[in-house]
Parts: sequence; C-alpha cells; structure tokens
Amino acid sequence: MTYIFLQHYWCFIVALLAAILVFLMFVQGANSLIFTIGKTADERRLIVNATGRKWEFTFTTLVTFGGAFFASYPLFYSTSFGGAYWLWMIILFSFVLQAVSYEFQNKLGNLLGAKTFQWLLVLNGILGPLLLGGAVATFFTGSNFIVEKGNIVDSQIIISRWANASHGLDDLLNIWNLCLGLAVFFLARILGCLYIHNRVDDELLHNHDQIIQPLWRSTWLFLGLFLAFLGHILTCEGYAYDPATGVIFMEPYKYLHNLIEMWPLVVVLLIGVVFVLFGILWSMFHKAYKRGFWVTGFGTVVTVLVLLLLTAWNNTAYYPSTADLQSSLTMQNSSSSEFTLRTMFYVSLLVPFVLAYIIYAWRSIDKKEITLDEINNDHAY
Amino acid sequence: MNQLLNIDMTMVDWARAQFALTAIYHWLFVPLTLGLAVVMGIMETQYYRTGSEFWKQTAKFWQRLFGINFAMGVATGIILEFEFGTNWSNYSYLVGDIFGAPLAIEGIVAFFMESTFVAVMFFGWNKVSKGFHLASTWLTGLGATISAWWILVANSWMQHPVGQTFNPETVRNEMTSFADVALSPVAVDKFVHTVLSAWVLGAVFVVGVSSWYLLKKRHTEFATKSLRLGAVFGLISSALIMLSGHHSAYTVAQTQPMKLAAMEALYKGGTDQPLTIIAGINPFAQPDYEATDEPPLKLAVPYALSFLATNDMNGYVPGIRDILDGYTKPDGTIEPSLDEKIQLGQQAITALQDYRKAKKEGTSEETINCQLSIINSGMPYFGYGYVKDRAQVVPYIPVCFYAFRVMVGGGCLFILLFILILAPIRGRWRGTLHWVALFCIPVAYIVSEAGWLVAEFGRQPWTIQDMLPTWVGVSELGASAVMITFLLFLILFTTLLAVEISIMCKTIKKGPEL
Repeated sequence: MTYIFLQHYWCFIVALLAAILVFLMFVQGANSLIFTIGKTADERRLIVNATGRKWEFTFTTLVTFGGAFFASYPLFYSTSFGGAYWLWMIILFSFVLQAVSYEFQNKLGNLLGAKTFQWLLVLNGILGPLLLGGAVATFFTGSNFIVEKGNIVDSQIIISRWANASHGLDDLLNIWNLCLGLAVFFLARILGCLYIHNRVDDELLHNHDQIIQPLWRSTWLFLGLFLAFLGHILTCEGYAYDPATGVIFMEPYKYLHNLIEMWPLVVVLLIGVVFVLFGILWSMFHKAYKRGFWVTGFGTVVTVLVLLLLTAWNNTAYYPSTADLQSSLTMQNSSSSEFTLRTMFYVSLLVPFVLAYIIYAWRSIDKKEITLDEINNDHAY
Repeated sequence: MNQLLNIDMTMVDWARAQFALTAIYHWLFVPLTLGLAVVMGIMETQYYRTGSEFWKQTAKFWQRLFGINFAMGVATGIILEFEFGTNWSNYSYLVGDIFGAPLAIEGIVAFFMESTFVAVMFFGWNKVSKGFHLASTWLTGLGATISAWWILVANSWMQHPVGQTFNPETVRNEMTSFADVALSPVAVDKFVHTVLSAWVLGAVFVVGVSSWYLLKKRHTEFATKSLRLGAVFGLISSALIMLSGHHSAYTVAQTQPMKLAAMEALYKGGTDQPLTIIAGINPFAQPDYEATDEPPLKLAVPYALSFLATNDMNGYVPGIRDILDGYTKPDGTIEPSLDEKIQLGQQAITALQDYRKAKKEGTSEETINCQLSIINSGMPYFGYGYVKDRAQVVPYIPVCFYAFRVMVGGGCLFILLFILILAPIRGRWRGTLHWVALFCIPVAYIVSEAGWLVAEFGRQPWTIQDMLPTWVGVSELGASAVMITFLLFLILFTTLLAVEISIMCKTIKKGPEL
C-alpha cells in the first residue's frame, strides 16, 4: 500500500460516511414533516417513534464522519471547523436539541411540554440537512480561508485563518451552496416520507395522500435544485492540482473532466440517479410498494459518493480557498502521515463487521410495522 | 495569564471556559451510563437465568433511568469532538495525526456498538429472544466502556505524549507507534481509574434511589435487592479504585510532577515527604509558592506522599520551586530549570523558522541538518518557547488542591457507606443511613467532577504536556464569538439538565412496574 493509495482510500471512506450520513438524514427529513404528515397527536407520535428508533445511527454516523475526517485529514478539520465556526456551531446546536427531544418529549416531568420538543425536532429536521448540504457544497465552490503552516513559529501563530469576520455564515450567501443545501433538505424529506411509508401501518394514517403529497412536492423541488447544481458544477471552472509541483490552478470544466477521466463513476452516478427516481416514482404510484425507501436510499448513497469523489480524486483540490488559491486543501497536502493512514486502514477492516451487526439488529426490531398498540404498551417515545 | 477569578476576557480564556463547561456537563452523564450499564446487565442476567418477572421489571426500571441519562450524555458529547476543531484549530492540526485516530476508532468501534444495541435494549423486549436482548444490554455497556477507553487514550496522550515525533516538513507531530499511544501507562491508569469511579457513582445512585423507596416503604423487595446489589458492586469497585488511585498518583508523579505538586500544594519538595490532609489555602487566590515553603495550618500524614509518588517511604518528591529551578532526580539525571527549558524551546522555534527558510531557499544540506539537530534536541521543550514567565507554568493550586481532597475524601465516604449498607444495622439507624445514602447521590457527582478537575486543571497551562500551551493551540476567533456560544451552551445545557432531573424524579417516583 502506497501513501497515494492510502490517501485515496481514506478519501473514499470519508466520502462514503458522508454519503451514508445524507441517506440517514431521512430521520431529519421525516421530523421536518411531523406537523405536515401527522394530522393528529397519535400520528405525530407514530412519526416520532418511527424515526426515534433510528436517530442514533444518524448521530453516530455524523460523529464518526467527524472522527474519520479528523484522523485522515487533520488540516481540513482545523481549517473548516475553526474557520466556518458559526456554520458548524449552528449544525451542532441543532443536533444537540435533537438528541434529547425523543427521550424527553412524552415523559412525565417534561417541564417544556411535548410540543416544544416536537418543534425542536422540526428545527433540526430543517437546519441539519440544509446546513450540512451547504457545507458540502463548499467542496465545489470554495471557502474564504488562508493556510500558512509556518505561522506557528512566527508572531501570527494561527495556521488556518478565515479571511473575513463572518466565520462561515458567508458560505450561506453563495447561491450554489444554498442550492445544494436545499436539494439535500428536500432529498431528506423524500427519504423521510418513504421511511414513514415503509415503517408505519397504512391504516394508522388517514390516507395515502398524507405521505404522497409532501413526497411529490419534495421530489420536484429536489430534482430542480439538484439538476441545477449538477449542471453548474459540470460547466464551471474547478480547482485542479498539479501533483508534480503542488501548484493549484483553475481548470475549466474540471469536474466534467473528472467524470470523463474516471468514467466508471459516470456509470455509478447514473445507477444512483435511476435508483433514486425509481424508488420515489414506484412508491408514488403503487400504494402497496414499501421498499422505495431502500431503493432510493441506495441510490442516494452512491450518487452522493460519486459527487464527493469528484471533488477530491483525479488531482483536485477538495476544499478550495477563494481567498488564496494556493491555500486550497488537496488529499496530498492535508492528509495524515502514511503511518497513521496505514494504521487506520487496518482499523477500517472492522467496518464490514460493524455493518453486519447493524443490519442484523435493525432487522430484528423492524420485523413488523409500528402500531399504536405497541407505542401505548411498550417502551416508546 | 488568567487565574480563575481573574479571567482575562480573551479568546483563549473563553475557549478554555467553553471546553470546561461542555466537558463538565458531559461528565455529569457519562459515569451514570457506565455504572448503570453494569447494574442493569447483572439484573437482566438474573432474569435470563431465573425467568423471574421480578428481575425483568427491575432491569427495565433501571434501563428507563439509563435511557433518560443516556440521551443527555449523547447530546453533550457531540460538542466535545467538534470543539477540538472549532475552538482549537492549531491544536487539531499540530497533533491531529495522532489525536484524530482514537476519536475515529471510538466512532467506528464503540459508538456504533452502543447506538445499535441500545435500540435493541429499549425496543426489543417483545421482538428478540431473551438471549439476544441480554447480549444487547451488555453490548450497550461494553460499547460505552470501549468509548471511554478511546477517549481516555486521546486525553492521556495530551497528559503524556508518547509514540510520536515532530516532522519539520509538515510542521506537526506524527504518530510513530500506535501501540505506545493506545497502551500508554497513563492511558491504562486513567481508563481503569475513570471507569471504576463511574461504577462507584452508578452504585451510589442505585443505593440512593433504593434507599428512597425504603424510606417511603414502597417496592420494598425491589429496593432491598437493588440496594444490596448496588452496595456490593460499589464496595468491590471502591476496593479496586484504591489500588488504581495509588498507581495513578505514581504515574502522575513520574510524568507530570507539576500536577502532583499543585495537588499537594508542595512548594518546596525533598525526601520523606508527608501527604497533606488539609491546609489553609485561600480558594480564590494563587498562593505565594515562591516565598513560602508550605501552606499554613498544614495537617499531614508523615512519609505518605513519598510513598504515593515513588513507592518508597523516603522517596524524593519535587515541589513547585524545585521544578521551576531544576533538580536532580534520584537516578542522577538532571531536570532542567524553567529558564533552561524556555531557552531550549525558543532555540527549537528559531531553528524551525530557519529550517523552513533554508528549505525554501535551497540552502546546503549541512545547514539544514544543523537546524534539524537543534529542532530535535529542543523538541521535548518546544512549548516552553512560548512561555514568558514562571507563573504561566504553575496550575491554579487551590482548585487542584481542594478537588483532589474532595475526590479522595468522597471515595472514602462511599466505602464507609457501602460497608454500613451491607452491615446488619436495624431500627432508627437504618433510616438515618438511608437518608445519608440519598444525600450521597449529589455528593457522588461532585466527587466525580472533582476528579476531572484534578486531571485537567493540573495539566494547565498545557494542551499537550510541555509541547503546546493553551494560547498556541487555539483558533483565530473573536472572544465575543466564543463567549456567545459559551453562554448559549450554558443556557441550553442548564435548561436540559433541569428537564432531565425533573423527568428522572418523576420516573423514580412512579417506580418499577411490579
């Protein structure tokens, strides 16, 4: 295993974790629809209990994504988190609120009332996907930072600095960041609708339209935003990297070139898009079909994976700087040492084992759809 | 530098305060998670073995409390991981090559185990077999314990950096031995001591809650069995914690002598050192360790500190002034004075500047090798190059001193409590003992937090011992930005804590479904 291979491998792992995280944000998507789909208190409770059994996976994936990024690309961690401070803090606040909202909302002694925590779930359901999507978009559009490793031994001291005072809020002023953020938000809603359709007994919701209508609306909005973003990145200039000199430069149609030069990714991307659309459309037109969640979920993972790999593989700067082009981060200039990446490679061999027990446990408790009887007579939120 | 009540409103201070706040809140919930995990595991094992509905409902009751507490632990924990990046960006880059690995492993190995099986534990009672459910309960606890292992490996590395080298090319520390990092003696000590302390807190909680039921004469069988189980578990954990405590103190003496000196308020050291039981130290001001040899009103156990720190009644223990002025160790090696360390650190910093310049300008190999040699010899003291005066490297003594005594004193109190609970005491004294047990629940939290304060205040001013002072590890943020998030966290966590306590109390009041 060469250093270059390990850098690509860890880029793949981090991108895969991010892609799985986007899929698992069906929890946020469904929560953002608590008051749209849930017309009665019982229906809202069903939705909360359906997502409440899975929120830990989203949360854990977010934390593991952070840990893996830290271990493999510490310069990204220090630059993005320390620089885009407000963006990340708002994301974190929303996830903190989510973590307690399930356990607390229907317990005796809840001083704030059930509705407060339901609204906090809605808040996390909107802010989580929107801001994480916006943050991911900066991998294409760039951020306003400067990196100078030598600062540690001169009076400047700080190695990674944000070049303006907004500390990440400026990322939200970029129309393309907002575009992807909103696309991820509507994608999360699509997955949320499909998940509720998959998990909650049909008889318990007043009619099928309660899910189909928001699914339909979210689908068109998602498609419009996603295609606009995809069209933009395939036609815009991208941040290229010369491995021989280490110089970063702008290259027209860089991401389109990446797709063409790594043609298997085109195939995977197309498969992903087809799966996403098939899962949605089949669920819309076939009431009894409940597996759309898994089909669209699989499509989501592979589509997002391909998009993220486009930002880093094929000599591309994955975290570009709009303030100083040469400060842009590449796999080569921001990764951990070969020793650390190799050590972590061995640890990552545990991942299939982890996935296996997650699948086993997930299936064990999801054998039957959630019913009101279960919520009223068993452990429930 | 700031000291406790004289906080300078700078970014560094707010960043420290924010990390301390979030860590303190997080540590309110983690010990109960670790402690209750064992208790409910034992109870469910009883159910598995006997098939008794009593043990099933008993386990389910403690699992309900576990769940309420667990949610807050998760909520407060996520902040800590990301705070390394948001508030300590220089730190994240300079040591991320080593520090990031335990965090990633924690996520992959521990968090997924915890989050997967906790869902089965709560929702799987009527869906999976008894055996699978029991395994899920134990695996939830195991996941939490493995999580503790990796985060304490990371923390221990900050206290005692091993298995790494400085790379002047990348300007950062890089890992050279994963085994040295993961199995460092400091990490092993810290893990054992911390997990045992969490078990003691869990035991005190179970004993306290059970005592409340006995005082109220409700659920007597449930309370009596839980009380005994909690007391036995607590007593065993306490016995083990005494051993690990002694070993931890020994390790601290070898690796962080300044921390030990601050814990003991030992201004001037020497051989045959006594262990201070109590002394008259003003909690709100740093004592004058330069002008006095020992604190006033000192009550001490002869030779005990020497034994604790060196395993020898007559062993040499350096005091704060010895560490600042330099001293000769018992094995004959000389520990440099602070001034010498500052000089070595500054030489390493200058050499690193020159090295980078020479590489850029393509200067001769000989010059570059010369700079490398200076960097390597000064690197153990690199952080001292950023130190300006003696006061900067002395931790805030009153916090270290009193927190240590609260920790040890509380530990002794709990041993006494567990013994008395198990003793055949009857009548009015039994009732009094149950009130004491109930009162011990908040005390256990104070004691547990005191242990954390000893470990972390004693490390100051270093984020990485001797390598990186706090003021070099931060991000470039305005103090106002961090102050705002500090206040938001304070309000948020305090509100959620109030809700959590209220729900806990209601759930306890409702009692098990027996």
